[in-house]
Amino acid sequence: MNAYQEFKMIGSRPVRPDGLDKVTGRARYGADLNMQGQIYGHVVRSPHAHAVITSIDCSKALAMDGVLAVMTGDDLVKPGNEMLGSGEGAMALKDVVPMVMSQGKVLFHAQAVAAVAATSPELAAEAARAVEVTYDVLPAVTDVHKALAADAPILHNDRFPDGYPEEPTNLATHISLTVGDPDSAFDKADVVIEQTYSVPMCHQGYIEPHACAARADAAGRVELWCCTQGHFTVRHYTAAVTGIDMGKIKVTASEIGGGFGGKTTVYLEPLAVVLAQKSGRPVKMVMDRGDVFRATGPAPGAETKVKLGATRDGKLVAADVECLMDSGAYNGNPAGIPAFMATACYKLTDARSTGRSVYTNKPKIHAYRAPSIPQVTLGFELAITELAAEVGMDPIEFRLLNAVEEGDANMMGAPYNRIGLRECLEVARNHDHYKSAVADGAGRGMAMGYWINAGMQSSATLNVIADGHVSILTGSPDIGGSRASMALMASEVLGIPFEHIHPQVAATDAVGHCDVTGGSRTTLATGQAVIQAAEQCVAEMCRRAAAEWEVEPGVVAWSQGAAHYGDQSLTFEELASRAGAMGGPLTFSTSLTSTSTAPGFGVHICDAEVDKETGRTTITRYTAIQDAGKAIHPDYVEGQLQGGAVQGIGWALNEEYLYNEEGALENPGFLDYRIPVASDLPFIDAVIVEVPNPLHPFGVKGVGEVPIVPPMPAIAEAVYQSTGVRFRDLPLNPPKIVAALLDN
Amino acid sequence: MAVQEFISPTSLSEAQLVVGDGAASSWLAGGTDLLVGIRLGARDPARVIDLKQIPELTAIEIDETSVRVGAAASAFDVLHNSDVPSLFPGLAEALNLIGSTQITGRCSAGGNLCNASPAADSIPALIANGAQCRILGPDGERTLAVEDFVVGPNQNALASGELLVELILPRPPAGTSDAYLRLTPRTEMDIAVAGAGVSITVDESGTCTAARVAIGAVAPTALLVEVAAQALVGSQLDQAAIDAAVAAVRAAATPISDKRGTAEYRTHVVGVLVSRAIANAQARIQEARS
Repeated sequence: MNAYQEFKMIGSRPVRPDGLDKVTGRARYGADLNMQGQIYGHVVRSPHAHAVITSIDCSKALAMDGVLAVMTGDDLVKPGNEMLGSGEGAMALKDVVPMVMSQGKVLFHAQAVAAVAATSPELAAEAARAVEVTYDVLPAVTDVHKALAADAPILHNDRFPDGYPEEPTNLATHISLTVGDPDSAFDKADVVIEQTYSVPMCHQGYIEPHACAARADAAGRVELWCCTQGHFTVRHYTAAVTGIDMGKIKVTASEIGGGFGGKTTVYLEPLAVVLAQKSGRPVKMVMDRGDVFRATGPAPGAETKVKLGATRDGKLVAADVECLMDSGAYNGNPAGIPAFMATACYKLTDARSTGRSVYTNKPKIHAYRAPSIPQVTLGFELAITELAAEVGMDPIEFRLLNAVEEGDANMMGAPYNRIGLRECLEVARNHDHYKSAVADGAGRGMAMGYWINAGMQSSATLNVIADGHVSILTGSPDIGGSRASMALMASEVLGIPFEHIHPQVAATDAVGHCDVTGGSRTTLATGQAVIQAAEQCVAEMCRRAAAEWEVEPGVVAWSQGAAHYGDQSLTFEELASRAGAMGGPLTFSTSLTSTSTAPGFGVHICDAEVDKETGRTTITRYTAIQDAGKAIHPDYVEGQLQGGAVQGIGWALNEEYLYNEEGALENPGFLDYRIPVASDLPFIDAVIVEVPNPLHPFGVKGVGEVPIVPPMPAIAEAVYQSTGVRFRDLPLNPPKIVAALLDN
Repeated sequence: MAVQEFISPTSLSEAQLVVGDGAASSWLAGGTDLLVGIRLGARDPARVIDLKQIPELTAIEIDETSVRVGAAASAFDVLHNSDVPSLFPGLAEALNLIGSTQITGRCSAGGNLCNASPAADSIPALIANGAQCRILGPDGERTLAVEDFVVGPNQNALASGELLVELILPRPPAGTSDAYLRLTPRTEMDIAVAGAGVSITVDESGTCTAARVAIGAVAPTALLVEVAAQALVGSQLDQAAIDAAVAAVRAAATPISDKRGTAEYRTHVVGVLVSRAIANAQARIQEARS
């Protein structure tokens, strides 16, 4: 296994280093930086969902007193076919630039068309209204089926998915994978379920709107401050969108009030940079809530057809899944994940999985917590539950019979290492929640979920301070308690108190490259970099102690924060205070591309009670069980389980993007875009299962995304059990439930 | 155009004087609708006149015949008054549903009424309790029933220069109680898809001797449904009477379908709410007697 089987710090629950500032209002978020001489940017947005821009006249705005800069899409790079990044985070430049600002054509309502900067926010807003834009308005299409119809308005005349002839269509991508021979495998099935399920487009609902501040110096260098899940990505994308050398851009990440995948790209940042360059003044930009909903990347709505076959004794023998996803106006690549991962929880030797995505006149979709998997899992898991009922098996027993384990391969081909899905199912089966009686009138559902979890690039720098404290710099914005986790891991290796370790999220010029905080990778991969840096520190301290004692370094042992040989010892503090005389400053930097990742699995149990007269659903009990590998700081693992469950509850019951006929969003605010409030929720019982990841020194597996995968099917099943009516289209809001109950 | 002028008169006569010049003004009570409207660009007053420094407008006074609630008295002050919540538990329910705790500290029943949203929570509860509006204008005073005060979505009966001074609720007779219920997808921080305010009087024999039934969010304005009340009066509040009242409110409802719910759903659920509100009021009367 590893050298740290007996953990001293890992698994404890100290107060997070950033906690006090957050609860006392002192933490500095995206909109909290103010610079001397700062002016304010404001974006001009399209009132149409589909239009050709025939002219933009900024002259009246620029002539206003106090207006110092104006810009349009002409001030940004004209993208060709460049790709930004690779692997999970890959994005085509032509899909990034128009989400910052349109160039000639508008493809969704509220798309940015111009921006101004002025000496006050009010003046900037007024100047934005003075920008004159003329449009040739085109018909808009917001529904995926209508977008695929023969008479649909075409969004892109120059984009053709692989394998399709070059004729204009709104089909963005089409990916299909097959293992074995699913068509003939269905012949072996005694029971076949074939149903269609749907999930609406929704938003991540992060509380902090996008915000940034930019300044440009006389030599053309640029500094950016912004709330983001990845400031190295902000640097990369801002450079690509503006044409400024990446090396001339420094980005500092502020504290972040939620991201959930939605803050892994740029919207305002390149605009603030261009306006700062043009005006010669620092420029601050803050998006309002309505524009966050209207013009940043939501999660795709999806329709999933699922066909499953099983033998009478409950063995799953064949699957055919087809997921149709809404890409929005540009390619957000939502279709690959369902194709690759829809069947990932189940032993299936004969299966086909297809993903298609479609352009519509809506903002380009973006990542939201286990992107695209909750949508397809609603269908797959509900179909599994329906199948289990058909063969007369308990849904957990059915899953235990068919769940993947070590050595099984999924659609992507590679066999699983040691995973914890069966352990989670067994914990669920034996949990008091599952064994308890369901209350009269309520129903119970359960479902499981998978996420691949990312590794990617991380760096860390560990500086030993003369008083024996340590600063740890990483480039991973802390969206879920990662600074606490980094400090715990360093504390474990170094053997010094948690409180002596000061973790920070460093700017792009202060630490090695880090990919975004996303893919549930930070504790795993950035944590690995921190562990390695701390191990290098220990090795160097042992070497210095050995030199002092004139012995071979190999004979010096490190324990309890000190080097030992025989009855001699030198503490961390002594070695830190004498560093100058013993070899110089103690600084350790590590960088890596982590290949230690392990997939995550979770099982959720939900009790729901539907008011049969009003159609309101109350979640009365909820248990989220997940294999965390090893929980570094259990509070934040539990927080991830609870938060994911809550977001899934919102998506299942009420969250939904509502577009009108003209293609404008009807509910761009938290009043009518209904994320749950605290009183809507029961206590979410989080149960951590620990099946250590054999590839990681501390056994860590990513945990942040899996928890949003099981809720929708678990809740839909609970609503069915409460009402006796099978709902396959979300959200399960009161009007929909009452309409179905009255029909019944 | 931003707000050019902010005035805080300290008496009714000063307030009257201020609006005398006829410039576009908005009265400011709690501001929980006005300030949001200004920020969204839906409202654009040149002048805002704060009412909270006028003693009559924030006073809550109770005598033997009536309860008088100043138009700018905060929902929090009404909810924490020593008598009002027990006299009108349904009105208290309605006020307590307006926004968060922070909003409840600012908003007022008078402001909720003047804003005249079809979905306002306090309006059906005020109508159910027979509340009257005392209005002061350049030509003197007048009184108007709450059900006549709202004339359309976000339109009230105030003429230019007129000010809602207070709401006057008759003290409920013995054996009377009220209840307010609304349907929202969320438990709070939401806006009514339908609402129902009911006040009933029940004698010792269990016979309903008086009733007022009001519904919200199912028509351009909150409605007093007299047919529903007539179905209850004289009955033992038996199932047939309740069913007749439910049918009456469903017949009176003329809702729209919008992002918050379909017309069919609203018509259905307003009946459910009325039925449950009657049961709640009846239970309160029984509890007071036992």
